Amino acid sequence: MRVWVLPMIGAALAVAAWWLATVAFGIAPYVLPAPPDVLAVFGLHGGYLLDQTWVTLVETLQGYALAVVAGVLIAVLIATFRIVEESVYPLLIAVNAVPKVAVAPILVVWMGFGQLPKVVMVFLVCFFPIVISTATGLRSTPAEFVELSRSLRASWWRTFLQVRFPHALPQIFVGLKVAISLAVIGAVIGEFVGAQAGLGYVIVQSGASADTALAFAAMVLLGAMSIALFYVLVAIERLLLPWARETTA
Amino acid sequence: MIEISDLSCVFPGRAGPVAALEGIGLRVREHEFVAVIGRSGCGKSTLLRLIAGLIPATGGEVKVAGEPVTGPRPDVSLMFQRPALLPWRTVLGNVLLPVEFLGRSKAAHLGRARELLRVAGLEGFERRLPHELSGGMQQRVALCRSLICEPKVMLMDEPFSALDALTREELSAELQRIRAESAATVVLVTHSIEEAVLLADRVVLLSPRPGRVREIVEIDVPRPRSLGRDAHAERLAGYGAKLRSLLAEPLGDRAGDRVGDQAGERPGERAGERAGARSDERAGGQVPGSSGEPTGRNAR
Repeated sequence: MRVWVLPMIGAALAVAAWWLATVAFGIAPYVLPAPPDVLAVFGLHGGYLLDQTWVTLVETLQGYALAVVAGVLIAVLIATFRIVEESVYPLLIAVNAVPKVAVAPILVVWMGFGQLPKVVMVFLVCFFPIVISTATGLRSTPAEFVELSRSLRASWWRTFLQVRFPHALPQIFVGLKVAISLAVIGAVIGEFVGAQAGLGYVIVQSGASADTALAFAAMVLLGAMSIALFYVLVAIERLLLPWARETTA
Repeated sequence: MIEISDLSCVFPGRAGPVAALEGIGLRVREHEFVAVIGRSGCGKSTLLRLIAGLIPATGGEVKVAGEPVTGPRPDVSLMFQRPALLPWRTVLGNVLLPVEFLGRSKAAHLGRARELLRVAGLEGFERRLPHELSGGMQQRVALCRSLICEPKVMLMDEPFSALDALTREELSAELQRIRAESAATVVLVTHSIEEAVLLADRVVLLSPRPGRVREIVEIDVPRPRSLGRDAHAERLAGYGAKLRSLLAEPLGDRAGDRVGDQAGERPGERAGERAGARSDERAGGQVPGSSGEPTGRNAR
């Protein structure tokens, strides 16, 4: 109950303050639209906005899924082979330091105006936190677990599957949660450059016609999407790792 | 059951190689309970891991059941200071872990697992996760796990040192009880003199840096023993006092004549380690009180 009510009250208060500001200072709707203006947009362009949300959601999930698969694989290699760690880690950090906005136009040059450069952008944004958290988790196996496993003559594969990986899962989920909130941002960055659909594209278009309310409606949808995706992950974590919350303070 | 001859182990350290163990010789009979005791850093745990086949020896040999140890054996089980239960497995799942990892039939061991848990007072907790249990109960589960495959040798690395005093005594009593029924040979590493005297047939004293067998003391007291009201309480206390004075010996020996070496004995000050070890060795030959007793015997 409390879990739901408090965030609702928080959100309601923020919306009220926003509304009050637009009325009190007489702000024009093209600068800052009031909540009713944004609601009106949903009434007017509901179907259109829903379609664009779907486009962005699909890009986000595709890029995210790719990042999870590739990130976990690379992290396993990093955690297992010192050589991989030493040769790949600096490169990863360097690649992550490149501003993704700068890469977006290049991706369009390489991959055209379709969905692909957006998916790749999501992938690029999500990849790093997943690799770091997974590698950290895999390397934090307590010595006793490894010795126990070795004393029972377990193969590398069995030790990995039944000891190292499950033990790393709480850490991995930290990275997954950071990544999912970045994923939506990545999709929007991708859609800002050379897109024909998606909520990012809607925001760029609304700027051209000074339809600020439309941009706000798109942002509300992006925010809702982020929250929903984040809590889906939280739910999966609770379902999968009931032990993880209890064993840490 | 365990034959150790001229065993040594050298680790590559940052400031050159560090000798953890040197010239260890020890024979452990079948069904014997041997406690290894010594100051921290004397190589007790290293010795245990060498017997377990987890680390290779740099010299000498360990034989278990007549065969040279080249790696972990399925008939040797390990128990650690921490329970090391997998937090995502139930109590029963943790006890059955060795069965699963060693590729034996789970169905065949299920009854034994339940029986072990019942004896350990954990009936009704089979489906619980480790974090729902107290530290003492977790260590009991670990004990059940190390017994599940009926090991010939049980190696225990300070298994009770992380528990509170009462739980420790309780578990020691339990270990004696289980011991009486199990055929296993036990090597227990501990820094608790009481625990060693209470549980062991023989106590091996290691001197530190490099670890050497300093003294082997036979605890000639009938079982079951206890630290409380006990017919043999006095004899147990006598053995305890003797071990205590032997353990305190090196420091006291040097305090009088060699102040520099005494400083080297403190952990963290690496420079004086070698000098300290040498004088330990010297002190080992002139232990007061050990010559007249029937129990004082050196392994080498």
